[in-house]
Amino acid sequence: MAVAKEKRIILKYADAKGYSNDLPCYLEHGGYDMLKKAVKSKPEDICEEVLKSGVRGRGGAGFPTGMKWKFLDRKSGKPIYLICNADESEPGTFKDRQIIYKDPHQLIEGMMISAYAIQAKQAFIYIRAEFFEGARILDRAIAEAKAKKLCGDNVLGSGYSCDIVVHRGAGAYICGEETGLIESLEGKRPNPRIKPPYFPAVLGVYQCPTIVNNVETLCNVKHILEMGGDAFSKLGIPNNTGTRIWCVSGQVQNPGYFEFECGALTLGEMIYDVCGGLNPGRSLKAVIPGGSSAKVLRSDERFTGTLKDGTEFDWGVTDIPLDFDGPMAAGSMSGSGGIIVMDDSVDIVEAMANINAFYAHESCGQCTPCREGSLWMRKISTRMCSGGAREEDPDLLVSVANQIEGRTICAFGEAAAWPTQSFVAKFKDEFIAKANQPAPDDDAEGPARLRLI
Amino acid sequence: MELSKDTLTKIDEVIGRYPEKRSATLMVIHLVQDEQGCITDEAVEWIAEKLELQPVNIYEVVTFYPMIRREPWGKTHVRVCRTLPCALRGSYKTCRTLEEKLGVKEGHVSEDGEFSIEFMECLADCGKGPVVIVDEKTYEDVQGEAAEKFAEQVKNGTLAKDRNFTSYEDGLAKPRKKTVASKKKGARRK
Ligand SMILES: Cc1cc2nc3c(=O)[nH]c(=O)nc-3n(C[C@H](O)[C@H](O)[C@H](O)COP(=O)(O)O)c2cc1C
Ligand code: SF4
Ligand code: FES
Repeated sequence: MAVAKEKRIILKYADAKGYSNDLPCYLEHGGYDMLKKAVKSKPEDICEEVLKSGVRGRGGAGFPTGMKWKFLDRKSGKPIYLICNADESEPGTFKDRQIIYKDPHQLIEGMMISAYAIQAKQAFIYIRAEFFEGARILDRAIAEAKAKKLCGDNVLGSGYSCDIVVHRGAGAYICGEETGLIESLEGKRPNPRIKPPYFPAVLGVYQCPTIVNNVETLCNVKHILEMGGDAFSKLGIPNNTGTRIWCVSGQVQNPGYFEFECGALTLGEMIYDVCGGLNPGRSLKAVIPGGSSAKVLRSDERFTGTLKDGTEFDWGVTDIPLDFDGPMAAGSMSGSGGIIVMDDSVDIVEAMANINAFYAHESCGQCTPCREGSLWMRKISTRMCSGGAREEDPDLLVSVANQIEGRTICAFGEAAAWPTQSFVAKFKDEFIAKANQPAPDDDAEGPARLRLI
Repeated sequence: MELSKDTLTKIDEVIGRYPEKRSATLMVIHLVQDEQGCITDEAVEWIAEKLELQPVNIYEVVTFYPMIRREPWGKTHVRVCRTLPCALRGSYKTCRTLEEKLGVKEGHVSEDGEFSIEFMECLADCGKGPVVIVDEKTYEDVQGEAAEKFAEQVKNGTLAKDRNFTSYEDGLAKPRKKTVASKKKGARRK
């Protein structure tokens, strides 16, 4: 069977020739027609369409958006806030960037429709500070939209008002975690809050009900309104509706971002057909399917079990369907859609040490197991890569990781533990072999060794 | 503490955007840092007073975030991505090349204050690593021989002129000049 073609809905225009990120261009392409439709509809009807669409969050957890919106505490009478999570900080993910830089009005329209649907009083875009120009592009787009009454006071004469404020982070990964993000937005250290009671939909920013959604998720809302929830739910496969933007990085010939209907292709088709396969003479060693927090998959693993709908599966890595449930059934997750490919030239211990260095750097430090554990995992794995490996190290690493998982305030704990647990479990032979290897010689002549740590 | 009129205006404008003043903390810190290169003790006090907070409220924020500085970076600041996808495409080597050419180690500022290098975590452009941000522009695929040339151009201050290196930002389609109104008229005539 031929490999499915890309189905660009969110990225329909982003890379189209002659398409620019200004308002005139967006309007020429039918921009803000859905906002016009939205403000003539009842807010609860839009929420209903979003619920019917089955759309799941694109930020990492894959939680159904319509359901999240239903959890909003409306009885409190407190103002409601909408936050767009544009922190895009999960390693391996670079999709939201494409929307922000190339089609910012699509995001603003999606946000204004969503804000109207949940009757938000104000909206924020929390954008990572490394997107210097991205923040300026959004500021400019919001100003353009305000001048045309597409945002701000009395949107399109409907009587509904909502402003969007762009808020820049400052280089901390934990600001992508929604409650850390909220603390940061309040002007504090981004220490995540404990759930319960701090579910944003009940006690979010300023202790008010708040919806936090990813950039791609909010863009989807516009298309749900355009197609209708039912039609949208027919895109993709049941429980995995719509399209997803997958970001492929690492050692493939043509890495990049690709938008496909959920479940339209397998991981193997993505790597070999869409991305042109591995570099010449190389073979697949491992794949991380959903950003660096997701558990690694070994190229020769097999996965068997029963899917939610009762069908039995028996997959190799390349058979895993690219949707939400496929990578989950294989014991990992689709997370933020960042697929990191490693070929047989990779030193797997170094790859894990690289990831551990990331989490050690990014822990907010609130919970002892996460703060201390991530530092120890970095220390041990870095030592292993510089000639100081011991045969007992892999077990030591796993014991540290196990003491983090499930014992922390936020999901960062799991994100930090899963790579170590899975790398060691699946490549234990290589971890043990490290103990008998000499320290790598960085100053050796000839083609420099690929260093990962 | 002296701040330019422009920065002071921007600070007041930014504070006005939020339902609560304290929310403006990070944005005000950015504005002060953009002008002064870092956040000094004096700046901490000034911002606290401006936002009607205690200095410790600002201090704890300043010391948390990697991109907020207590001492300035060099005149040209180079950020190299360290994280796995970029490392798989040679970012450690790229960082070393830059260190050698610019004569400064990552995490440091050169003696003459001209250059500084920072080995950073994922910059969200992983498909085309190694990713390097020079001041505020993002360059992709900076590896191998290209990395040598790249470092040379950074050193000479001629990177912007080299057609071989177009930043992600400069590669975007240029916004149109046409106004919305004139376009609408055209549509009505149809
Ligand atoms: C450590 C950590 C980092 C996260 N980083 C991001 C991020 O960069 N962008 C994002 O949209 N969601 C991120 N999330 C998920 C958010 O907490 C939240 O679930 C998401 O923004 C909700 O939006 P969605 O329902 O539209 O996916 C992160 C979660 C954790 C635990
Ligand atoms: S798990 Fe880690 S990142 Fe999350 S709150 Fe605890 S210390 Fe902070
Ligand atoms: S890993 Fe370098 S940009 Fe993401």
